[in-house]
Formats: sequence, C-alpha cells, structure tokens
Amino acid sequence: MAEVTLLQTRGLTRRFGGLTAVDRVDFTLMQGEIRAIIGPNGAGKSTFVGLLSGRIAPDAGTVLFDGQDITRLPAHRRVRLGIAYTFQITNIYPAMTVRENLAVAAQSRLAHEAEIAAAAQEAAIAVGLEDRLPDRAGALSYGHQRLLEVAMGLALHPKLLILDEPTQGLSDDEIDNFLTVVRRVAQTATVLLIEHNMDVVMALATAITVLDRGRILAEGPPEAIARDPAVQDAYLGSAT
Amino acid sequence: MRNLRLFALTIAVLAGLFGVQFVISGYPVLALTRILILAVFAMGYNVLMGYTGLVSLGHALFFAAGLYGAGLAAYYGGVALPIAFAAGIAAAAVLSLVVGLLALRTQTVSFMIVTLMFAQAGYLATLHFSAITGGDQGLSLPAHARSFSLLGQEIALTSATARYNIALAVFAVVLLALYALTQGPRGRLFAAVRENPERTRMLGYDVGRIRLLAFTVSGTISGVAGALYGLMFGFIGSSFAEFRSSVEVLLFTLVGGPGTLFGPLVGTTVMTLLIDRLSGLTSAYLIAVGVLLIVLTLWFPKGILGTIRDRWAPWLR
Amino acid sequence: MNLAPYLLLATLEGLVQASVFALTALGLSLVFGVMRVVNVAHGEFFTLGAVGAWLCAMLLPGHPAISFAAALVAAPLAVGALAWAADRLILKRIDYDPEATIVSTIGLMYVIQQVVLMTFGPDARAVDAPFWYTIRFPWFGWSGYKVFIIVVAVALVGGLWLAMRHTRFGLIMRATQYDRETAQNFGIPVDRVYAAVFALGAMFAAVAGVLVVPNSQAHYLMGHDPLLMSFVVVIVGGLGSLPGTVAAAVLIGMADGWLSVFFSPTLAKIFSTLLVALVLVFRPAGLFGKAVRA
Ligand SMILES: Nc1ncnc2c1ncn2[C@@H]1O[C@H](COP(=O)(O)OP(=O)(O)O)[C@@H](O)[C@H]1O
Ligand SMILES: [Mg+2]
Repeated sequence: MAEVTLLQTRGLTRRFGGLTAVDRVDFTLMQGEIRAIIGPNGAGKSTFVGLLSGRIAPDAGTVLFDGQDITRLPAHRRVRLGIAYTFQITNIYPAMTVRENLAVAAQSRLAHEAEIAAAAQEAAIAVGLEDRLPDRAGALSYGHQRLLEVAMGLALHPKLLILDEPTQGLSDDEIDNFLTVVRRVAQTATVLLIEHNMDVVMALATAITVLDRGRILAEGPPEAIARDPAVQDAYLGSAT
Repeated sequence: MRNLRLFALTIAVLAGLFGVQFVISGYPVLALTRILILAVFAMGYNVLMGYTGLVSLGHALFFAAGLYGAGLAAYYGGVALPIAFAAGIAAAAVLSLVVGLLALRTQTVSFMIVTLMFAQAGYLATLHFSAITGGDQGLSLPAHARSFSLLGQEIALTSATARYNIALAVFAVVLLALYALTQGPRGRLFAAVRENPERTRMLGYDVGRIRLLAFTVSGTISGVAGALYGLMFGFIGSSFAEFRSSVEVLLFTLVGGPGTLFGPLVGTTVMTLLIDRLSGLTSAYLIAVGVLLIVLTLWFPKGILGTIRDRWAPWLR
Repeated sequence: MNLAPYLLLATLEGLVQASVFALTALGLSLVFGVMRVVNVAHGEFFTLGAVGAWLCAMLLPGHPAISFAAALVAAPLAVGALAWAADRLILKRIDYDPEATIVSTIGLMYVIQQVVLMTFGPDARAVDAPFWYTIRFPWFGWSGYKVFIIVVAVALVGGLWLAMRHTRFGLIMRATQYDRETAQNFGIPVDRVYAAVFALGAMFAAVAGVLVVPNSQAHYLMGHDPLLMSFVVVIVGGLGSLPGTVAAAVLIGMADGWLSVFFSPTLAKIFSTLLVALVLVFRPAGLFGKAVRA
C-alpha cells in the first residue's frame, strides 16, 4: 500500500491556565497504521486526541485530516469526516438497549431503518456483543460496556478510530478479545490508541509516539522505542 | 424499529375518541373538547420535556402566541378562520425558533429561568398592550369569526359537535405526526440527546440543532393548541399566558408520563377531571397542583404511563 | 417643571427598594451559592414574614413598636423552621436535583400561597409602623421608618458578610459551597449545613417581608414581585456571588426608583424580565460577576 498521510498536526498547542498540556506538537499519521501513544499520566495524551477529535479547541497550530484543514471544524463535523472517538471514561447511553446505542451511531451515516438495524447488528458481531443486543446497556459488565463503546465507533465506519485507554480495567481474557477486535478493525481503518498496558502496545502497534509534558519525546517502530534510553528513563522504567 | 403495538393503540384511541361522541352528549362533550385541545398543548410540551429532556417553564408563551396570533387575525384582520388558525401557528413557530435560539445557549436551571422570564415578558406584554389585546378582560371574537366554510360546507363553531370533531381532527393529526417523529430515527436522536449529549455529539450530531428542532416543534405544537383553543371558544385573554399555564402543562405531562406518546393525554384527562371536581374552589385546585408537583417529584417522577412502561410495557413510549 | 424633587424622592425610594431587594435576593443567592438550587418558593417566605408581622400586631396589642419588635424576631424564626422542614422533607429526598428542586418548590409556592389566602384572606392588610417620624425636605416629608429599613438591611447584610468571613459557620458554609464531596470527607455535616442554609435564606426573605409591611401592607400575592426582583438581582449580580448581589440590588433598586418616575410599572417589569433572560443567555456569570464553577 502506498504511504498516504491521513492526519497531520503542525505546532498544535493547548494551555490550561498556566499549564501547557499540549506544546507545539508536529505529528503525522499514515493511513493503515495502528499507532500507540504512550506517556506518563498528565503527559497530555487525552488532551492531544481531544484536539484531534475537536472536543477541545486548540490555542495554536493546525490539524489536517485527509488533506483538509479541520482546525476550525466542530467535533460533530469531524466525526462525519471519519474521525471516531471513544472516551477514556466509559460513555454510552445506559438506559437504552445495546441495539439502540449502536443504532444511534449507525444512523450518523445511514438513513433507512433497515440499513441502520443491519449496521448495528454488524458492529455488535464485530466485538462479540451480538447476544446482548436487546439488553439495557447500563446493565452490561464493565468490559462489555467498553466493547460497546468500541462497537459504536465501528458503526460509524470511520477512517480513523481514536481509542483512549480502551483496555483500562479489562481482564486478561477481555484484553485478548480486544486485541482481536482491533486487528480486525485495522484492516479497514487507521487506529490511534492511547495505552498504558505495554503488552497491548507491543502486540498491536505498528508505531509508537511517546508524549511527555505535552511534547513528543520519541517516535518510531515499537522495538526502537522499547530500546530508547530516553524513553526508558522518562516512562518505561517508572511504569513497570 | 417501528413500534407496531403503539401504532395499534394509537389507532384504537382515535377510533374510540371518534365513537364516544355517539354515546355522550351535553357537558361531557365540551369537557372532552377542552381535554383534547389541552392534550395537544401537553403533547407539544412533551416533545421537549419528555423526549428531549429540556424542562421549560415558559410554554405558556407559545400557547399564547398561537392564541393571540389566531385570535387577533380573526378579530382585527377579519380573515377566514382557517387562515387565522395558520397565522396563529406561524406566530408560535417563529417565536419558538427565536426563543429557542437564545434559550438553548443555556442549560438546566438557567434554561428553566430563561424560558420562564421570556414567557413572563410575553404575559406582561399582553397586559401592557391591553388596548389591542384586551388585557385581563380579553376579547370575545365577533359573530363572523364563529363560523367558516370548508369545501362549500358552512361550519358553525357554536355547535358542540362541530367543535368536538375539529378538535379531534387536529388532535389526530398531531398524534400521528408525533408517532412518526418520536418512534422513528428522529425520536431516537431526541432520546440520545436527553440521555447523553456529549456522546451524541461525538457520534457526529449537531446537538444544538437537534435541540432547536425539538424546541421549535414543541413550541409550534403548543401554538397549534393555543390557536385552536382561541378560535374554538371564541375568546382570547391574557390568563392563558400566565405562569400558571406553563406550570399546568408541565404538571399534565408529569402526571401522565414524560416521554410517552399518550402521557400528555392521560395527564390532561386526569387533571381536567380533578379541576372539574374542585371547580369553584380555586384555592383547593391550586393546592392540589402544588401538592401534586411535590408528590410527583418525590415519589412518582415517571408519571402514570412512564411507570407502567418501566414495569410492564416497554413499548409504551 | 423642576425634576430635582422627583429625582430626590426617586433616589430615596430607590434606596429603600434596594434594601428590600438586597435582603430578599441575598437569601436566594445564599441558597444558590451553597446548595446550587433555586428556590421558587422564596417569594412566599417573604409573604409569610409580612403575614407574621400582621399576626403579631393582632396578637400583641399595645404600642406598635412592641409587636413589631416581636415580629422581627418571631416571624423569621417561624419561617426558618418551615424552610428547615421543607429541606428535610422534600429537597433532601430528591438529593437537591436542580430541576426537581425547581418543580417541587413551585409546588411549595402554590401550597403556601393558597394556605395564606384561605387563612389570611384575599384583602391587603396594613400594619402600623413601630414609630412615626417625618423627615422634612423643602418639597416633601419622608417617613423616618424608611430610614430604619435601610439601616436594618445594611446591618444584616454587613452581619452576613462578617459571619461568612470570620465565623466557624461561615467557614463551613464556604467549604461546602466550594466542594460538597470534600467537605463531607472532612467531616462537615453537609446535610445539616444545607438545611441551615436553606432556613437562613428563607429568614432573610422573612425579615424583608416584616420590614415592608408598615410601608406597603400584607397580601397573599405580595411575594411575586420580590421573587422576580430577587431573580433579577441575583442573576445580574452573578449567581451565588454575595458582593455582586448587593451591588446589583443597589443598582436595580435605584434604577427601579428612577424608571418608575418615567415608565409604567408593567413596562419596567417587562424590561426586568428580559434583562434576566438576556443576561443568563449572554453573560451567565452576571454583569459584573466572575465565572461560577459548574
Ligand atoms: N479541562 C482541563 N482543565 C484544566 N487542566 C486540564 C484539563 N484537562 C487536562 N488538564 C491538565 O492537562 C494535563 C494533561 O492532561 P491529560 O491530557 O488528561 O493527560 P493524560 O491523558 O496524558 O494523562 C494534566 O496536567 C491535566 O491536569
Ligand atoms: Mg488520559
């Protein structure tokens, strides 16, 4: 596959009061990648992907997606362009059924009820929740709720799926299942995930970006990053 | 995901309401006519409060916009009643769009106060311009505005049967339209915005626009009720624009069950019967309103149909 | 025509208005500031204060100053007790949900209003001022009692201000306002603080109610305007900000005095309601308030 740039940021900056959470970040993401962003707590990872998805407005810099400047685009328009986002803290419609949760997502790109229902079904199958379609989402286990969130992202048929710490709080079995799901997703979409679990990162990522105090500390293939002494100092050493 | 059981119930209720006029006569027909019109008001309110989760304290404003829009057009403009009716609806639509654009910049408590204040300004305006509106005393529509011709037929609004069937027709149109709106994809979006606006935004929806749509539909339907009320009973007065009207429509909706298609009808019926029982005792009625508001928020926030829906009949929504 | 006497009179009357607004609005503002809820029945607590003053005047014959002094103590206490009960029985049970609180206090408003109507009756009733003294200006005489209203209001507002800064209860209130959870974790009995604040807010309204009766009679619907004006004052001053509330009360009290020289009361009220709505829409922190935490 030819190397095509999917997303690019230039000098992206966001401050909270005196704190610069994201500091002049230049970042490039190729189509088809599974990119992991790692870094200590408070490094600015969530803020950074928030800037990409449009949930948070930047103080400076630009975001290009698919060759288009989307810096000023509101979040919902970015979703329509193909940027799907799952929250770090589980964020679903607890009082609705799993089917309805997925239908709301699918409806974002489809008009007919029959197509919407089929897309909801398909997304549920992709994460293994097809048996839970009639259940109330709030009654699902925590692991299943996280899967539902991923499925809602899938139902959007995104070009880019952003996952913020998706495996946090999952059991080992659930994590295995999750790895399968993401690999399958990656066949059709580019994946950008924030992840603390280094096993997951090493198993999935085609490249890693290390963020520290709002800046990119290092970037490259997983093996190189794992060997990088600066990274080990700043992050890996303290995390394990 | 159509809701066939609810559709069947809708048809059955409409058929029953049509049939009942051959069984009852006299005062009950009048009472039922009022119930149907006020139920339309509550159904409009329910679109915003029940389905979309935005509690307005100012819907009297939109009812009054329909009432005065239609009433003043008939009184001063001397236009045919169907045109006056349309004028009332248009007035409510425009007003609810404008108020919605402003009020929806706020949320929860602020939204409640903003809607209340706009409605209060509207009420005070009906008093201030009493030279035109008749203020407290109101205006009775002249004889030429008490009948109209439809398809060559002269229809007199002094006839209780004519009034009942017109009210029923409007009620049926609104009910079916709301069935289509709330039970299809659009209704799912309203619920999504009510349940979790941030998630909905991040699924690619302009939450502000969905709310504005709900607000405008809600205000316009309230205006339909107001216009109908004014023309049917030939009277427009500022008491309809009072805060109490806004509270009553909230109460009707709360009693029946917010976010259910038939909640407004049930709530309006129950409350109107209660008013009739307590008629003459204004204080007793208002105390009942007060006590009910407290009791419902404390123990019964889902209302009659909402409770039935949650316990036994999930399709009743 | 010489406008000066009119404007002087309007200014003086405006100061009295401002005092009443400040007291009533501070009650509402205190409750909102600490508990984050809006009490729609606040105007009814004002009415009950006024009715309490009338009741004291009925029950205690003799010099009006005696019954008035009694009212100034007893009415707020009784109203405070009622508000305490409302907090325990209603607001606590709905967990101070902001929307449910508004709906249930609308209910409370109707209940109190109609009970007053059924017991006190539909007529406006006058109460004698505790003393008669007229201040003479070249153009008109002005009741010295109105100066007393201003003095009491300034004393109470100042007292609240000092209490918030320098007493343990003030500290506890501020801590609860700042962060309910943390306050709870530090062993502050948040429940009781809420009940006390709700009662205190109602007592401010009741004092204002007692104070206005000699001036403007007691009536079962008299709570409407103070409620509206409290909204105006609290919202224009910045929700939950005490200094903002006082500043807004003075500004709006004076403006009300001056405007009523030129405009009809209805038009002035239309202006006030639209002002509240537009401030909330465009300047939610108030015209001169700082931003409020969500
Ligand atoms: N809304 C906010 N207001 C103030 N500070 C914030 C906000 N969001 C994040 N921060 C701060 O910005 C820094 C980066 O946060 P975040 O992006 O969540 O880090 P990460 O996801 O890497 O743990 C942290 O110091 C955090 O406290
Ligand atoms: Mg994070």
